[in-house]
Amino acid sequence: MTTEQKTDTVKITVDGLEMEARPGDLLIRVAQDNGVYIPRFCWHPRMRPVGMCRMCLVQVEGPRGPMIVPACTTPVADGMVVDTQNDTVAKAQEGVLEYLLINHPLDCPVCDRGGECPLQDQTMAYGPGESRFVEEKRHYEKPIQISELVLLDRERCILCARCTRFSEEISGDPLIEFIGRGYNTQVNTFPNEPFRSYFSGNTVQICPVGALLGAPYRFRARPWDLREVASTCPHCSAGDSISVQVSQNEVLRLLGVDNPHTNQSWLSDKCRFGYEFVNSAERLAAPLVRGSDGELREATWVEALDIVADRLGGILREHGGGAVAGLGGARGTNEDAYAFSKFMRTVVGSNHVDARMDDAPASQFLAAVVDRARIDDIDSAATIVVWGPDLKEEHPTLYLRVRAAATGFDPNQVVSNSDGLKIRRPGARLIVMHPRRTGLDDVARHVLRYRPGAGGELLTSLQAGDHPEIDEALAAGPVVALVGRASMTEDPRLAENVAAWLRDKGAKILPLARRANTFGALDMGLAPDLLPGRVPVGEGFESWGEIPTTVGRDTRGILEGLRDGDIKALIMVGADPVADVPDSHLATEALANAEFVVAIDMFHTESTAYADVILPALGFAEKEGTVTNLEGRVQKVNDIVAGEGQSRADWSILDDIARRLGKELGFATAAEIAKEISEVAPAYRGITWDLLEWDEPMGAIVPYGDATQPLQYVPVTTSLPTVAAEMVLHSARTLYDDGVLMRHTPWLHRLAPGAAAYLHPDDAFRLGAREGHRVRVVTKHAEAELEVRLDETLHRGVVYVPFNQPDGPRLGSDPIVRVTAIG
Amino acid sequence: MTLTTSFERPLVVTKRMVDYPNDSHTLERYRATGGYEGARKALGMTRDELVELVKESGLLGRGGAAFSAGMKWSLLAPARPAYLIVNGDESEPGTFKDRQLIERDPHQIIEGTIIAAWANEVNHAFIYIRGEYAKPARRLQAAIDEAYAAGILGDDVLGTGYRLDITVHLGAGAYICGEETALINSLEGRRGEPRLKPPYFPAAIGLYGQPTIVNNIETVSNLPHILVNGVDWYKGLGHPEDTGTFMISLSGHVNRPGNYELPHGITWRQLFEEVGGGIRNGNELKMWIPGGASAPWFTPEEHLDLEITKGAAAGAGSMLGSGAVIVMDETTCVVRAAERVVRFFAHESCGECTPCREGTSWLEMILRRIEAGQGRPIDADLLLDVSDNINIGLTFPPRQTTICPLGPSATSPIMSIMNYYKDEVLQHIELGRCPFS
Repeated sequence: MTTEQKTDTVKITVDGLEMEARPGDLLIRVAQDNGVYIPRFCWHPRMRPVGMCRMCLVQVEGPRGPMIVPACTTPVADGMVVDTQNDTVAKAQEGVLEYLLINHPLDCPVCDRGGECPLQDQTMAYGPGESRFVEEKRHYEKPIQISELVLLDRERCILCARCTRFSEEISGDPLIEFIGRGYNTQVNTFPNEPFRSYFSGNTVQICPVGALLGAPYRFRARPWDLREVASTCPHCSAGDSISVQVSQNEVLRLLGVDNPHTNQSWLSDKCRFGYEFVNSAERLAAPLVRGSDGELREATWVEALDIVADRLGGILREHGGGAVAGLGGARGTNEDAYAFSKFMRTVVGSNHVDARMDDAPASQFLAAVVDRARIDDIDSAATIVVWGPDLKEEHPTLYLRVRAAATGFDPNQVVSNSDGLKIRRPGARLIVMHPRRTGLDDVARHVLRYRPGAGGELLTSLQAGDHPEIDEALAAGPVVALVGRASMTEDPRLAENVAAWLRDKGAKILPLARRANTFGALDMGLAPDLLPGRVPVGEGFESWGEIPTTVGRDTRGILEGLRDGDIKALIMVGADPVADVPDSHLATEALANAEFVVAIDMFHTESTAYADVILPALGFAEKEGTVTNLEGRVQKVNDIVAGEGQSRADWSILDDIARRLGKELGFATAAEIAKEISEVAPAYRGITWDLLEWDEPMGAIVPYGDATQPLQYVPVTTSLPTVAAEMVLHSARTLYDDGVLMRHTPWLHRLAPGAAAYLHPDDAFRLGAREGHRVRVVTKHAEAELEVRLDETLHRGVVYVPFNQPDGPRLGSDPIVRVTAIG
Repeated sequence: MTLTTSFERPLVVTKRMVDYPNDSHTLERYRATGGYEGARKALGMTRDELVELVKESGLLGRGGAAFSAGMKWSLLAPARPAYLIVNGDESEPGTFKDRQLIERDPHQIIEGTIIAAWANEVNHAFIYIRGEYAKPARRLQAAIDEAYAAGILGDDVLGTGYRLDITVHLGAGAYICGEETALINSLEGRRGEPRLKPPYFPAAIGLYGQPTIVNNIETVSNLPHILVNGVDWYKGLGHPEDTGTFMISLSGHVNRPGNYELPHGITWRQLFEEVGGGIRNGNELKMWIPGGASAPWFTPEEHLDLEITKGAAAGAGSMLGSGAVIVMDETTCVVRAAERVVRFFAHESCGECTPCREGTSWLEMILRRIEAGQGRPIDADLLLDVSDNINIGLTFPPRQTTICPLGPSATSPIMSIMNYYKDEVLQHIELGRCPFS
């Protein structure tokens, strides 16, 4: 044994086992990390301890003899000697369990938690065999619906404060709280204020009993009937780790998995409850072809694929590869995206391909910006800049992470019960630039609001040093900047300009784009200027033989080409440009004018209405592969249910079309594609499924190991025009919207805020409109009548209309707007 | 009230109200009787000098824990601003001394607050008063208003340039808010729940995360007198180990219940016979609660001639606590008496810790069942075991297994009746009814 005593570790003894730990770490965590499990209900590794349930009582030798203390609030100190099992401790723990059980209804047979319940498990392990309580138990109405998604059974509740702490400390929307006191304490919502939180489902997952219940899962399965597989969230680009749980070939529940690099076990409700589409009755089950009467009819795969090959082949022969374009690929796996990219380049011979729906920043910026931050850089940043979408709406788990950093949240913090920020480690300085209130404003040090179309102007003034407080914050590095497109009506180049400025200030950049696998798709070459593995088009990429070397058209260019007749055919892979492209009118004209459109999709969409052939695709939980998140982390997704009807994987459909066109993509399984990616895509060299399953279960960052990234994209400042108009339009996405997956997930679809015209009260007054009145909103290409909602956080002269809402208007990307009162 | 006692009975904090029962609460009377001279003197001293002075005086906190007031001050962390909270949330059954001090001598509290605030470099003090004390709070506020108008409070305290503001805050009716960290949560607008320890003292991290001193109403009321008359005078008043006088709220089956300021060191017998005027109706004394609901009970057989000091009470396994003495004569059913005390704790449990939340109510139910004649033979042991799970080892002071001492305190009456009157408890069970009914 070495005599050297390191100052940054302490030695403690737990049940005779010696353990090393950092001083100040909580005893319960140190013991667990070293293999001694101390029972607990209220302590959660991602939340601050409260020491309320008292289940984790252990004996610690103190200067005044043995003391019984809760392990969850006791920081370790050098030489500490702990007994977690002696008779005194065992009696104390049994006593606590008896207390928790005297009022517990023991309705385990009808409780969702039965079979996976910490109260059941710990009663087995540490509890009394029978009850000495002969009085009447506490009764409450059971259960009560506290939101559209969550029910609460207060009789089962053991008052551990996990849900209330989560809402207050983690998600920042404290909508459930303890009311009453003592024996009559209960968890409840405030009167007339439902638990309408984007993160409410986390409380269901962390509830140690069946008190909080997820409405979509309630009574659907017993835990022992569930099969599960690890996977990655299909809804946003943070790459949240999840467990997919299935019974009888139906996805019934998703749970958050603690990946320290991404979601730290949390999920937004969109991810948690957003699986209903998989089981939707409206899934496409068989290929559809459009007959000469213009109506779609079911066809066999052979017939449908023959038609596609025939029509595409004809166009290719007549007009060449440049007449065919591809859209989509951001909703599938990297393997599917690679196959689509290879199909477009080697079979079609076209670089007109884009996974972005004209709503994201430049592809090279997203794929290869240097210096790129990692998500966990947020934790240690001194300053965080968010200039882009409202993270709460578009990147909910990043929102949680930034929020924690800004509040100085530390799950090891024992001094609690006060939000006096001074007693915590100081939070990062958070700077938020956005056209209106965002979910993070309440924890931000600086909030700058601006009018869409004037982002460049704000940036210029920042560069000119007009905001010394921002300069000062940026000088206090390390700085992490989350940069994306804040508004559909803002110049898409603004993000790169912002990144260029911040990079000069020493910030690391985390680029933002919303659709789940946008970053994977771009890395696979689903962009007019990119090839697999972050290789720019035109630079050496030998593996595919001869491929077009000039940069192709992006989504807007493709749609304009289709409209103008330069492009004849369109292949859509999980793409719905009519709904997703901000300038919907352009997408509509383009699709209407296309000679031939083939769609590979899970559902009918507004865009498939223009398709000549629709091929049913496998979706989430039905196929195995990899995805890449916004920091470049590659993770597995796995299959656990059979696909709907005759649906097939995108890559296999494309391979069949290729064969009919006389070429081969050259793989027979998704695993073979993954192997090929790991061999030919430079930044992805060495990333195999084996690696992700065994060596890097939390994902591998690209470029991995000694792999190289040929494209090093350094953003530069360009000059941006400022839009001058009396009123400008702000259009941004909301967490729940009318996207195709949400539309087929009724639990969430009905929670979309809906279309409305949000106006600053001054503007509304000027227009003579009040809350609830209707106004006419007229843009360059569209107009709509909308209900007025007042929003004093808006910049004056801005009307905000949430993007892509059920029955909502499609107002386009032009910021100039005219608003008039009706009647 | 004039009493004839065999011991000398110097009056300190109640002297003015005894001498001038009609206007002791006014600034005019206060000034005429030497008021604010202590504060004037204190303002000429340094923090260190004041801390040392109060340490030396031996003044112990009068809120129940009897911790050295000067020692508490010396623990104040260096961060500023620091806050002072004067705790007037007296809510224990049988405690009513603060009420009288507030109603009858509010300027004495203000002066004490000025001294404590100056000693602890505080510019904003809070006086937290039990919610039910609306009338005393109004009188205190009126006195504070008088003090502001007279330049005693505000930007220029007594012309020294020192700034002190005092805010009176009424609680919302929770006993637990007398616990200093719960009080701080309540003052911050949060649920009145005690905070985790460590930090053991708000002097390190308290109100709004800042160093905070919490002193009882009676404690600060003593300060002006110590300043004016000196340490030696104060030490000469009481018992050598337990200096000064203290307030006892005497209630229950004595002929003369009431608040009494007494010197430490008299005996319980002297208290009951000379001060309390004997047990009512000439009945036999059965037992008494020596220091508030948390204190284990005393019996005449063992404790009647014990001196009333902190040390003697602790030596006999109890405490003087908040000075609430509740006397019970031979007509008292111990089960019913214990049930009443346990019910209080069950009602006042904040619900934070499982053992207190569930255990105190369970104890109350068992006692009620026994009293109603539905006790089972195992209930006597069950009472002790349920208590043991709140207060491991059934010790006093408890080996606390909850965040604050409220839950373990509820086991004191159980321990007392099982210690001294187990037969009476068993009799309830055997008879199937209360023998007193």
